[in-house]
Amino acid sequence: MKTIKVNVVTPDGPVYDAEVEMVSTKAKSGELGIMAGHVPTVAPLTIGAVRLKNGSNTDYVAVNGGFLEVRPDVVTILAQSAERAETIDLARAQAAKARAEQRLQNNDGSNDTKRADLSLKRAINRIQIAEMR
Amino acid sequence: MASLRDIKSRITSTKKTSQITKAMQMVSASKMNRAEANAKAYVPYMDKIQEVVSSIANGSTDASHPMLVSRPVKKTGYLVITSDRGLAGAYNSSILRHVHKTILERHKSNDEFVIIAIGRVGRDFFVSRNMHVELEVIGVPDQPSFADISSLAKSTVNLYLNELCDELYMYYNHYVSPIQQDVTETQVLPLADFNTSNATLTSYEFEPNAEEILEVLLPQYAESLIYGALLDGKASEHSARMTAMKNATDNAKELIDSLSLQYNRARQAAITQEITEIVGGAAALE
Repeated sequence: MKTIKVNVVTPDGPVYDAEVEMVSTKAKSGELGIMAGHVPTVAPLTIGAVRLKNGSNTDYVAVNGGFLEVRPDVVTILAQSAERAETIDLARAQAAKARAEQRLQNNDGSNDTKRADLSLKRAINRIQIAEMR
Repeated sequence: MASLRDIKSRITSTKKTSQITKAMQMVSASKMNRAEANAKAYVPYMDKIQEVVSSIANGSTDASHPMLVSRPVKKTGYLVITSDRGLAGAYNSSILRHVHKTILERHKSNDEFVIIAIGRVGRDFFVSRNMHVELEVIGVPDQPSFADISSLAKSTVNLYLNELCDELYMYYNHYVSPIQQDVTETQVLPLADFNTSNATLTSYEFEPNAEEILEVLLPQYAESLIYGALLDGKASEHSARMTAMKNATDNAKELIDSLSLQYNRARQAAITQEITEIVGGAAALE
């Protein structure tokens, strides 16, 4: 099967760089699956998992927003933070989740609630992905 | 002439100082190497995001976004990156002098601009001059990660989006080499000139549409610019500190050398005098 090169890049350095058969991820407009030869596309991503399928093997990367750029020969995901499933610190993610939940309960000021909501989403996403590995 | 004991104690204290500066020099050297590596790791992200932003902004679509349009300037934002601690040679003073001069040239009153300060030295400088520091971050680690700066970057971009400032300049020391750092001024917002010379312009399919992508992309791009400048500034800071400490160590060595010479001369003079006295005394007895 034809493969396509995938880069996941964050400000702290590259996170993932490999040839895969299919990238599937969740864009703001819905699920998006990309294989080799896809038309050049740009799409913003939601907090979620990027699944990178290569044969029987699937890698997972947790992304915190960002966007996806598809070119004929390469897919680039630019996110402000991203972690591979193997490197997620489950204990830390759980602590972040608990912290965010507590903040959500105590607070009803709009700004803090929004931030806590986002960090809760990120934590849940990381926990889910860590469990998939 | 100073007594032997005075000189001796000066020599020992200078030696101790030089040991400290030497240690600080080595610490800064290793921090500089890491900071340089961080700045390098960041390059691919910056390149990529720049590529995408310029191809979308210059693309055929007539998409527009407040961050791409210049508006009449009522208030200017100055983002100044300095260090938290001193002992870094001219690192802070050169940048602050430059910013201060620029502000005095451009503005008549303190209401025409806001300061966004990263680093304690810069914050204190502007506060002591009664300039309005809108946002500040102090205690940025030596190896900052994006998370350390993201909230400041976000609020800075929001200042612009909420029209609390109409343009944003950024000042930092650009790392050229371990012995050279240049004070750099960059205009961050509005995002004006993209290098259109980039030949690899691709026409993209936008999912769902160009406006919504710019909505996500441009703030992220501006935040990355700020983070990039911070990494660059950190590398400069460590190299400036390393050079300053190297100079201090060299000066201490020089001082020790001249003091030792002085000490030996004084010792010799004392011995000569003693001998003369003994000889004189013996001659008087004969």
